[in-house]
Amino acid sequence: MTTLEAIEILVRICWLVGAVAFVLGLARMNSPATARNGNLVSAGGMAIAIGATAVLILARQVLDPESFGIRISTWALIIGGIVIGGGLGLYAARTVKMTAMPQLVSLFNAVGGGAAALIAIDDYLRLLDTSTVRIDTHIFIVLDIIIGSITFTGSLIASGKLQGLIPGKPILIPGGRLVTLALAAITVIAAAILFVTGTPSLPLFLLILAAALVFGVTMTLPIGGADMPVVISLLNSFTGTAVAMAGFVIENPVLIIAGALVGASGAILTKLMADAMNRSVINIMIGGFGGGDEAAGAVGAEGGSVRSISADDAAIQLAYAQHVIVVPGYGLAVAQAQHAVRELADMLEERGVDVKYAIHPVAGRMPGHMNVLLAEANVPYPQLKEMEDINPEFERADVALVIGANDVTNPAARRSGTPVSGMPILDVDKAKSIIVIKRSMGKGYAGIDNELYTNDKTGMLFADAKEGLASLTAAVKAL
Amino acid sequence: MTPDEIDALITSLTIFTLAILVGFAVISKVPATLHTPLMSGANSIHGIVLVGAMLIAAEASGGVSQLISLVAVAFAAMNVVGGYVVTDRMLQMFRKKPTVPKPAADDAEAAS
Repeated sequence: MTTLEAIEILVRICWLVGAVAFVLGLARMNSPATARNGNLVSAGGMAIAIGATAVLILARQVLDPESFGIRISTWALIIGGIVIGGGLGLYAARTVKMTAMPQLVSLFNAVGGGAAALIAIDDYLRLLDTSTVRIDTHIFIVLDIIIGSITFTGSLIASGKLQGLIPGKPILIPGGRLVTLALAAITVIAAAILFVTGTPSLPLFLLILAAALVFGVTMTLPIGGADMPVVISLLNSFTGTAVAMAGFVIENPVLIIAGALVGASGAILTKLMADAMNRSVINIMIGGFGGGDEAAGAVGAEGGSVRSISADDAAIQLAYAQHVIVVPGYGLAVAQAQHAVRELADMLEERGVDVKYAIHPVAGRMPGHMNVLLAEANVPYPQLKEMEDINPEFERADVALVIGANDVTNPAARRSGTPVSGMPILDVDKAKSIIVIKRSMGKGYAGIDNELYTNDKTGMLFADAKEGLASLTAAVKAL
Repeated sequence: MTPDEIDALITSLTIFTLAILVGFAVISKVPATLHTPLMSGANSIHGIVLVGAMLIAAEASGGVSQLISLVAVAFAAMNVVGGYVVTDRMLQMFRKKPTVPKPAADDAEAAS
């Protein structure tokens, strides 16, 4: 065994160590207590895998210069790329606000998918000189390019929507569904020709690339802001799959393993999010194409009057309660009111009130987003309760304080025949009294009236989440 | 395809399939509280594509190929570095109790 062969084996073992670290790191995400350590384990595995790759490239150049050649340009590319990309990533990660987390994750999906697609593009350009391409190579390259490109443009659009650069509401292109179908057909036909002939073809390849890039745009543009938790999870899964395909293309097991892990995790989260919104993944993706506003024509339960309540009255209810459950929704995140809600909770706890938070799985703009926002505001995580755990407790709650949450509290979901029917909801209406902080009687994403607001037990405090909470806190203080 | 090539393909497919199953098994237990850090953590893991980007950079010859690999390395590095740093930032916020500046709080907790 030559030195180079020994190094090749060692490097492959390092890649295996990296893969093991990824699995162990993810396993440690099971509990908030071990999660941070898990992330470090995963990062350590990544450092080992990347370091080993650098050693491999160097060893090949130094020990076998005839086949590999010592090229300074290689190192300029690698070091330059890492400095530029790593610097940008570090800056973005350090400065991003927690409310902007979904768009950053989406941006990282875009660059990850983009890198995977570039690997396949590079590989294909090399293959153009050969006369025939093996069918399995062809399939993996084409899959990598399709999935990677869709992820790249799709994630950029999703990120732009979340950042407000592109309007968040569904954008419908006239004949958008036809365009999307046409793109899919073009891709499938072009890919089939490549597979059958086995001859590399630059025009067909570019056609597939272009169709996939446009497909990513037309797929994501029509999807509304409230469906973003599903879209981001799905694109995360796509990125993982694209990376696994890149692993097949360059025959590298660590890319295959890591990509498959991420693909699986994204798929699970996509399913969980879609279930929590009472919609199928297909419905969300296709629903956007067709318009997705079937809810507009639906009839909600009409009638019932709304009782408005002042901050002082609401403060008295809260201050003399024993158990208060706070129900934060996206309105709270938009108003950046997570710190305001914690101040109010602190004030109530000083008065001996027991405060818990009921977190719906799709509160926020990505899976688990609300938990991060509240954690940022120093809310201890044991107070954050998941839907299944908190629902039985609403009956014992003296006051449920709903802040900027709408559809996920609508009791109409328990009946059939409404757009929210069957959607898992928080049983807010079972609390002894309910205070809702909301700017107006505007409808939620489902486009129907919330029957909770016309409930006799409900008092509506019409205000922006942050201002409403500030006036409540001031009123509690004055008591 | 030669028998060796078929072997290699089947091995890769086996690794891929088993890794998906491991992913399902490991992740289905994660509580909703940690879904955002989980996604962000998984997000950093697909930064492993940097290994692939470095390997194509090592073989890059000619302007197009070099440009492609430079962009691929930069994209992947952004993914890796940004992903891990932001996940860590998020996870350090998950505490049982709000941090109290005075160490006395820890003593009181231990005593009780």
